[in-house]
Amino acid sequence: MAKALLSGNEAVARGAYEAGCQVACAYPGTPSTEILEEISKYKEIYCEWSVNEKVALEVALGASLTGARSLCAMKHVGLNVASDPLFSSAYIGVNGGFIIVTCDDPGMHSSQNEQDNRFYGLFAKIPVLCPSDSQEAKDLVIKAFEISEEFDIPVILRMTTRVSHCKSVVSLGERKEKGIKGYKKDVSKTNLLPQFAKRRHVLLEEKIERLKEYSNNFVYNRFEKRSDDLLVIADGVAYQYAKEVFKDASFLKLTMVYPFPDKLVTNICQNYKEIIVVEEVDPFIELMVKSLGFKVKGKDYLPKFDELNPDKLKVFIKRDTKEEAKTDNLPRRPPALCPGCPHIGTFYLLQKKDYIITGDIGCYTLGALAPHYAMDTCVCMGASITLACGIEKVNKRINDGRPIIAIIGDSTFFHMGLPGLLNMVYNKCDIILFILDNETTGMTGHQDHPGTGKTLTGEETKRILPEDIARACGVEQVYVLNPYKIKENKKIIDKLLKEKKQAVVVMREPCIFLKKREKPKEVDIELCTGCKLCIRLGCPAISYEDSKAKINKIFCVGCGMCIEVCPKGAIK
Amino acid sequence: MRITNILICGIGGQGVLLFSDILGEVAMESGFLVKKSEVKGMAQRGGSVISHLRFGKEVYSPLIPLKEAHFLVSMEKVEALRYLDYLKDDGILITDDFYVPPLPVLIGETEFDFSIIDKNLKEKVKNLYYVPCQEMAKELGDVRVSNIILLGFLSNFLDFKLEDYFKVLERNIKKQYLEINKKAFLKGREFFSQ
Repeated sequence: MAKALLSGNEAVARGAYEAGCQVACAYPGTPSTEILEEISKYKEIYCEWSVNEKVALEVALGASLTGARSLCAMKHVGLNVASDPLFSSAYIGVNGGFIIVTCDDPGMHSSQNEQDNRFYGLFAKIPVLCPSDSQEAKDLVIKAFEISEEFDIPVILRMTTRVSHCKSVVSLGERKEKGIKGYKKDVSKTNLLPQFAKRRHVLLEEKIERLKEYSNNFVYNRFEKRSDDLLVIADGVAYQYAKEVFKDASFLKLTMVYPFPDKLVTNICQNYKEIIVVEEVDPFIELMVKSLGFKVKGKDYLPKFDELNPDKLKVFIKRDTKEEAKTDNLPRRPPALCPGCPHIGTFYLLQKKDYIITGDIGCYTLGALAPHYAMDTCVCMGASITLACGIEKVNKRINDGRPIIAIIGDSTFFHMGLPGLLNMVYNKCDIILFILDNETTGMTGHQDHPGTGKTLTGEETKRILPEDIARACGVEQVYVLNPYKIKENKKIIDKLLKEKKQAVVVMREPCIFLKKREKPKEVDIELCTGCKLCIRLGCPAISYEDSKAKINKIFCVGCGMCIEVCPKGAIK
Repeated sequence: MRITNILICGIGGQGVLLFSDILGEVAMESGFLVKKSEVKGMAQRGGSVISHLRFGKEVYSPLIPLKEAHFLVSMEKVEALRYLDYLKDDGILITDDFYVPPLPVLIGETEFDFSIIDKNLKEKVKNLYYVPCQEMAKELGDVRVSNIILLGFLSNFLDFKLEDYFKVLERNIKKQYLEINKKAFLKGREFFSQ
């Protein structure tokens, strides 16, 4: 059998392909993005970047209702956006198998929280499968489609960063076509009018009872007998860490964590005096096992925050394992805006001022950090505009005259900025809204969106421009500026900040990864006075050595922003 | 059979992930089970990047425990020092011979005396190899192949066949860049005997 070294995300894509999946939808979000990028390589599957996760889930559910196997994928917080249809989909059920992939991010490598989406299963009454490596990820996608169709219910596949982005060896199979049954009218199933929904809820509870039996006998809920004294219960990647540390223990590896396999767990736990539960973030399994009446060691030892690793598990063996660190007090190397990033041009004009600046989710959230300090908030997708609306209403009452600025990226604007824009106009909010349009979804690795004129598969489509939307909504002051033209922009932006009237400013320049590099710029050290104005750009290509500015030729992309800010004409 | 643990580190954009992808596939071609871990997204933007690579007959954790890396391979010296805690006491450190000041130092928010790096590395690591990959890559005409030069150097310590490296390079690298990458690999491999 052919094999390949696949990441968990690539394995999910492969599983969808082999299972005969017909439709796949997602909005990009770390650590889930590669699932759809990989699926787009399989011509047999229709796939799309949907404008947000709610839309993705609904498009995939619609496809399922036609009898096609379908899938949607998102990062953990994306499921919050999609939670409205998620709950309804449990009542409605499926026609073709339907999978919701959620990629959680313990450790918050690229996220604003560490929520544990296993609880969505319990909350929405949807079965949850947790793979622990790439092979399982692939196998469980295929299994999840079967479960979905057998029980007429969506299935959640819950990944985490270290499953999604870890590569391991996977055996590849062939695609098995499942055909499409076709859309059949069944109003009492698919229309959740109260009289129908009541019946659907009863049916759902029955399904969950049957699924509990299924979970008790599910082969991926696996007992590995080794010790008579110590039992370790674990799921997902935590199982892998635990296998590394507890070499002689018996293991109960849980894969379907909801509905919880209560009989299986009871039968095994009753034979053990010492039970350890190893799981990331929240004590989901621990709560379940305790509710069955067993004492366990779990989150009283392990942290409820950050991701686990084999070293953290050593607390069960020996408390206080801290050894003297070899590393010195090194300067941190935090993520930073790239050399020549067009966002730098916007933040340069807003930096270190007493403006109220609400922000959003994207590379530009880094504008909150040194040297710009030009973003006060980052809450969730789209919240820049709406938080600003709330602040504006109160500040007008108390005569706080500070300008209120909202900053949102292009992809985020299309995702969830539109309702905020409507609210801003409808409720007459004097906000200066900056839309940082780098013509891509930058942070997740350059995906298309409604503003790029291209679909996921590279097809041409209508390009929808944020300035057209703003004008259509009735915004009277709409500007489209090039963020590299710092001198010109300063005049316009200063005027807007002084007037403090409603305005939309689109800062448009492609992400540096999407265009050709220009010739690197150089500093004429005869002319450079060492005034450090160019350093204030925060461009990683510019440093300050021997009282002069210096440009790193390898990093510089030749954008010329430093030429704009140099008062001595010392940069060429 | 024992597991081999290799920690690869550098700065976003230096090719840490391509390095570990290629080496991981070479290990798979040689019949090992492989686990490889990394993070992407915001964590990567010009920041410190690491990739854990483990191979052997049976591998569970995708993360290397502290003090268990047989090799620490670094594309920049500050990062080599940052992840030293992963290296076994008798482990091997291979690093490029230059440093990039982190942004907080560039903009003057933090001070750091970079001259301590070499002193500390020499004091703390018994098996230390400096490989001027970036300089050698410039000689080849493309600074982006530094990572493959480093891979070529590391290959001297691993029991994989040269043809397997080339096979995997062919699979992972665009045709127009393949020749220079093969040259880079050999240049790094031969640097060892110099």
